[in-house]
Amino acid sequence: MKRTVPLVIAAVTGFILIASYFIPYAQSWGEEAMIWFDILAAIAFVLGGGNLLKMHLQKISNRRAGWGFSIVTISAFLITLFIGLSKMGVNPAEKFPEWSWSGDYLQEGGGFKWMYDFIYLPLAATMFSLLAFYIASAAFRAFRAKNTEALILLGTAFIVLFGRTYAGIYVSQPIIDGLASITGAEVESLMSLRLDRITSTITQVFILAGNRAITIGIALGIVSLSLKVLMGVDRSYLGSEE
Amino acid sequence: MTDRVSWTVALLAIAVAVVGLSERPAMAQATLDNKSEAKAESPPVEEAETEPKPGNPPQPPSDVTAIDRPDDAGTGIIVKWSLSPDDVAKVDEGQTRKVIRYEILRQVDGQDDFTLAGEANFQKSSFNDLKCDPNSSYIYQVVAVENEDSKSTPAAAATEVSPVMQWWDTRRTWFLVILLMVCGAVIQFIRLARAGRSLKVRKIAGLEAVNEAVGRATEMGRSCLFIPGILDINDMQTVAGITVLSRVAGLAAEYGASLEVPTSRSLVMTTARETVQAAYLGAGRPDAYNEDNIYYLTDEQFGYVAGVTGTMVRDKPAACFYMGAFFAESLILAETGNSIGAIQVAGTAMPSQLPFFVAACDYTLIGEEFFAASAYLSGEEHQLGSLKGQDVGKMIGVTLVVVGCLVASLASLSGGDNALHDVVSFLTDNVLGDKGFLP
Repeated sequence: MKRTVPLVIAAVTGFILIASYFIPYAQSWGEEAMIWFDILAAIAFVLGGGNLLKMHLQKISNRRAGWGFSIVTISAFLITLFIGLSKMGVNPAEKFPEWSWSGDYLQEGGGFKWMYDFIYLPLAATMFSLLAFYIASAAFRAFRAKNTEALILLGTAFIVLFGRTYAGIYVSQPIIDGLASITGAEVESLMSLRLDRITSTITQVFILAGNRAITIGIALGIVSLSLKVLMGVDRSYLGSEE
Repeated sequence: MTDRVSWTVALLAIAVAVVGLSERPAMAQATLDNKSEAKAESPPVEEAETEPKPGNPPQPPSDVTAIDRPDDAGTGIIVKWSLSPDDVAKVDEGQTRKVIRYEILRQVDGQDDFTLAGEANFQKSSFNDLKCDPNSSYIYQVVAVENEDSKSTPAAAATEVSPVMQWWDTRRTWFLVILLMVCGAVIQFIRLARAGRSLKVRKIAGLEAVNEAVGRATEMGRSCLFIPGILDINDMQTVAGITVLSRVAGLAAEYGASLEVPTSRSLVMTTARETVQAAYLGAGRPDAYNEDNIYYLTDEQFGYVAGVTGTMVRDKPAACFYMGAFFAESLILAETGNSIGAIQVAGTAMPSQLPFFVAACDYTLIGEEFFAASAYLSGEEHQLGSLKGQDVGKMIGVTLVVVGCLVASLASLSGGDNALHDVVSFLTDNVLGDKGFLP
């Protein structure tokens, strides 16, 4: 029963929404279903917040590894929650000047916006910036010329990286001019050999073709999995019968 | 020598990455980006000198027609007109435009007033009025505007028009045909498999490695870490990730390994708990299930990354699984996993993140392999049937692409306008384009 009811709900909703894609009158139903989902997700956020508190309080209580970070996490969570809910530093809205709570919580100069701008964004940007170093270490491993395939990958990567910089044009243009003077061909006819043009060909022909093949495979995979889920062939996501 | 070459390329990669990072669509900036895109999509309004020129308004447009907009729910009317003779494509240097926009006015159900339905830029000769009521009738007028004080006389459509609701979106017919063929093939192969027909499925190294990874974690006495992506349960990749989690949890329960699942969405956490609990029950080890091992961290992309990488560095899991939708965090997670020496298996349908996983993980499930994972790991014949159904879809796709390429090549060689060009247009616009295979 615990699995059958959700399965029926998922199947009925799923097939209706698939049909609605082809019926102009019902094409907005998908968006409305998403609004319902957002309401559900917002309610479930309380579960997430509760779980976060529980986990970190347990960690502090048991003095498990990294329990100091849990104190930081809980403090940040509670302070942000308090400042956001109390709308600290937010001026009342123009329409309701007598209600101190009527202003937008993301108002410029408000406490929540200040925390977002000067604490959250720099922290997120710091994490994002780490990518530069991780790309370097991953590239080092990926571009090791161990065999023929790796050598081709390395060569292609070199062309694309070099071709995306001004240096690529700066270096390859004289070579093309030299080739043109040696062979007697027009410079324009050899321009496709310039590194930036080769880079464009690689990204717009070879990579695009590969990407499309992957995209088609993904689309078919989604169709197949969706069908299995809606028909109840794959029920592993539904959890326990007990 | 090879290391030196590799380091050179790696340094170049840093340089390009630093430049490229500003262009990379980060999740954190997605909302802002969308807003700026929306602004960019709005029609450009040319800066024009708009000093009033009383007594010399632009000439009106002509041939105004209004027709029902096809394939909608009776909410749209298309208004078309011929440009005003004063609306020229290019103005001489130093001259100003005589027509800077068109105002589209409408009269509803024979009421006296014409009200503004919308505006169109100069050189535009049509307008979609999408705020119509199927039970009303409309008469349209179009006015060429130089400025607020200089407008042409209205040009009116000859007849009134009522929008009509269509019951079928004909633009999506080809998509439905292809969808039915693929779904039919999937269902048929599932039935064949249930009837006992043996199906051969190629070995997928990444999925074969799941057993190995969980076994290794068990031998080392360390945990397995499963990351179900950073999107919510309404995303198909998350659902696919959860189905794989079910199999991984089953193995972990069977081997007695510890499994940890940090999530970035509350609903994913509750779903994952149900799934893992069912897997432990199925393996006959309900006592080993600990719901605290499946926990919520944060919805924020990089906050989640910080939490997960912290766990990795502290707990040093022996096996890491990344199965779901990932964005910029993919490489941070995978490289951290690599640095702690974990065996890593990744699966995602985000083409832009696949290279990062390929570079940093031991095994990567690319696109469709990821969606096939659940069926493959289950080993159930009827689930494997669905994979065969997918192959039929691929055959349809390949056939259409090959036929399209051949016809396009022949059309290109034959030159000029002929039937081949029509076939190419039909294929690209309907069957292969956004109305068919790639909606």
